[in-house]
Amino acid sequence: MSTVFIALQANEETRPIIEAIEIDNPLAVVNRQPAMVKIDAPNRLVIRKETIEEQIGREFDLQELHINLITLGGNVTEDDDSLTLSWAE
Amino acid sequence: MQIDLRTVSIQPLRQTFDHLARRFGDKPASRYQEGSYDIQAAENLHYKPTWDPDQELYDAKITKIVMQDWYALKDPRQFYYSTYTLARARQQDATESNFSFVESRGLADMLPPAVREMALKLLVPLRHAAWGANQNNTLICGYGYSTIFTQPCMYHAMDNLGIAQYLSRLGLLLGDTEALDEGKAAWLEGSAWQPLRRYVEDTLVLRDPFEAFVAQNVALDGLLYPLVYARIVDDYLSAQGGSAVAMLTQFMTDWFDETKKWVDAVLKVAAAESDSNRAVLQDWIRAWSTRAASALLPVVEIALGAQADDAVGEQLADFRVRIQKTGITL
Amino acid sequence: MDMKVAKKKLGLKEKYRLMTRDLGWEPTYRAKDEVFPYVNYEGIKVHDWDKWEDPFRLTMDSYWKYQAEKERKFYAIIDAHAQNNGHLNITDARYLSALKIFLQAISPGEYAAHKGFARVGREFPGVGTQVACQMQAIDEIRHAQTQIHALSNYNKYYDGFHAFADARDRIWYTSVARSFFDDAMSAGPFEFMIAIGFSFEYVLTNLLFVPFMSGAAYNGDMATVTFGFSAQSDEARHMTLGLECIKFMLEQDPDNLPIVQGWLDKWFWRGFRVLGLVSTMMDYMLPKRVMSWREAWEIYGVENGGALFKDLARYGIRPPKGWDDAEKAIDHMSHQFMLGLYQWSFGTSFHSWIPSDEDMDWLSAKYPTTFDKYYRPRWDHIRKLAAAGTPFKNFGLAKLCQTCQLPVVFTEPDDATMSCHRETEYKGEKYHFCSDGCQHIFDNEPEKYVQAWLPMPSLFQELDGDIGAWMNWVSLRDGEDNGDYSGSRDQRNFDQWRGMATSNT
Repeated sequence: MSTVFIALQANEETRPIIEAIEIDNPLAVVNRQPAMVKIDAPNRLVIRKETIEEQIGREFDLQELHINLITLGGNVTEDDDSLTLSWAE
Repeated sequence: MQIDLRTVSIQPLRQTFDHLARRFGDKPASRYQEGSYDIQAAENLHYKPTWDPDQELYDAKITKIVMQDWYALKDPRQFYYSTYTLARARQQDATESNFSFVESRGLADMLPPAVREMALKLLVPLRHAAWGANQNNTLICGYGYSTIFTQPCMYHAMDNLGIAQYLSRLGLLLGDTEALDEGKAAWLEGSAWQPLRRYVEDTLVLRDPFEAFVAQNVALDGLLYPLVYARIVDDYLSAQGGSAVAMLTQFMTDWFDETKKWVDAVLKVAAAESDSNRAVLQDWIRAWSTRAASALLPVVEIALGAQADDAVGEQLADFRVRIQKTGITL
Repeated sequence: MDMKVAKKKLGLKEKYRLMTRDLGWEPTYRAKDEVFPYVNYEGIKVHDWDKWEDPFRLTMDSYWKYQAEKERKFYAIIDAHAQNNGHLNITDARYLSALKIFLQAISPGEYAAHKGFARVGREFPGVGTQVACQMQAIDEIRHAQTQIHALSNYNKYYDGFHAFADARDRIWYTSVARSFFDDAMSAGPFEFMIAIGFSFEYVLTNLLFVPFMSGAAYNGDMATVTFGFSAQSDEARHMTLGLECIKFMLEQDPDNLPIVQGWLDKWFWRGFRVLGLVSTMMDYMLPKRVMSWREAWEIYGVENGGALFKDLARYGIRPPKGWDDAEKAIDHMSHQFMLGLYQWSFGTSFHSWIPSDEDMDWLSAKYPTTFDKYYRPRWDHIRKLAAAGTPFKNFGLAKLCQTCQLPVVFTEPDDATMSCHRETEYKGEKYHFCSDGCQHIFDNEPEKYVQAWLPMPSLFQELDGDIGAWMNWVSLRDGEDNGDYSGSRDQRNFDQWRGMATSNT
């Protein structure tokens, strides 16, 4: 097992994104640090557009993630509806 | 130590960095100055490039242009990353509205078929020429000397890419993916496009960054943009009921007006530096603009037919007047 | 009117393909070698550039839009920071040493990366690769500029920042970072990508930025937090590019594996040495500490690096050669660096100091197996000398490693009482190294590393060992920029200003 992770700036814009990640990734662990939230997950973490949209009540373009993204670890797979981080198992 | 707080006020120790104080005096520097002057390594470079051991890692001698201070080539727009990005984001916003206006009102379908056909035939292959421009400006940024000269080239390169992408979107909106395929086939094989493609490929082998600047930004784009976007799209096609097309290329028109001020400023300072610079620039501009004009002729013919000759001739005359103002006589 | 044929719905990937790689073409009027002259000499074989997977598919319109949003946020905070004397919110002006090192050594590296990525953004024959590199090129100039802009206000009030451009080319310790970037830029395009795109960005950048920025947040430095996190948001794209690049090379041809592995070995060690200064910053320079260098290494080195190399094992990649030596150095390096910086503080454009009792207790707790045994006694001794009015200063010539350019201050990986020193003789000249890693790098490319400009020998040859002349030459103001923090102008001013800001008297 390897850990994938994503770190986002801690602010109002990322709050619903983090909630959406928690909903979609029951195994994810959220670490809150000053100014930064780091989310770790075993092997795989998925961020879904639809879940974020449910949290914020408007359309969300996954590329908006770039504004508040701090760093990540894992191979990135991106399509219209989701962004996935993974390590080969 | 005894400190009497009542007599102390927070006075800055200095107004700016040493290297800026040497150039401009000890006064608060602009963000353009802070982000642009002397930030490229200048001495005690460690290793020679393995890709060309005759060059230095940052080498002012790989061009025929000689400047005592390369930081003299100031960008009148004073673009650093932030001001550049904010300017383009505003234009992007306007372009986006234009695209959605055309799209939502079905204006593309209301274009006279001949106009639409012509727009596709003329504009879509130009996305490849814009890619060529991107290559050249990336090269100038990578190998040119001094941030003042090279950073606008990086911005220019990204603009060239943006323009290639707007032209692709235009093709998708007025045609579909087939329009892009046809445009590429024309670029690769269509007889009207071969002189231009040859011109672009010939610029891609240039390794003198300043010559690439002249061949691309001065000569080719100095003729292509006013001919295609001003004369043909804004004037000719609009008169035929094609103003929707002009909405989609408004970015290019505005962009050319803005960027030519920078291009002219660079020429002016480089030419004023010395007679030998002026002579080199004169030779380059003369040779490349003559070639560019003849390469563009068959492209202009796509729209203007028999009037193309006059249009290109007039444009070349305007171009000469423009260059004359930079102190270079053609 | 409704007869029109519905347009094809294009997915993100297909749309991006049309917007980027479809723009390119195979030249026919000129030979491909003329257009891309540098792509073959390193021996990397690429059969199909179209197999390149684009990392993050941003077209220029989205790029402008999102980057502008980041810029607006960034400059709003920087402006407020300057207007409200934000510099007085930091915990203590000692903290600024970390920023001074950053501006003198790392920001120029951002600029070098900008130039390097512009070059490879032109030299690779694949459009997808070129576009990704070009975006990184423009991002990197952003980073250099936002850093200078964020630190500009500190320069107005504190010493050590004012001559960063001179220090970049002349002072001895910046040569560590610049030789690293010069090394990468003088390599071919593929090696550059492994050096900066992969090793530096993917393997090491988290160790630099994340603890650095968390440190800034803990120490009340909003300007640095802001530029750091704003830069990091681009870094996520850069890291993805670096990872894609190594996978692409490995997938294209099995012959690429040994070349790539060799570069990985080299650039991991080069990067590890450069980032060593971060260890000192984390363990010594933050008045309020976030985590120790050891703890940061556990998260970003062991855990993430481990996951990465496990993932790459499917291509036959093994962890870099110096990995075990790095692990052995973790509990020692910050102490060795700080001891070095303290004794040579006459020649640094930032302050160092003797750690307090409280600092030392923290260090013992974080480094239970090494600090009390090896380093506390040395600090105690140095403190006694300072108390006796004879502070420990070394004006001697520091022997620098020919490869990484750090003073040879490290110990043997398996014996912390033995100073580590290696020598190679090449064409009748002796060259010195700080470690096996650096010696191997030299031995693989001696013709390159004999060219290195070594700042200390140059000083003694050209300036006859005249320290005053040297200080003028590097624009270091003696008694202001250098020396012990205790008693410095920075300390006096900060305490005074902070007093004014927090009281009415």
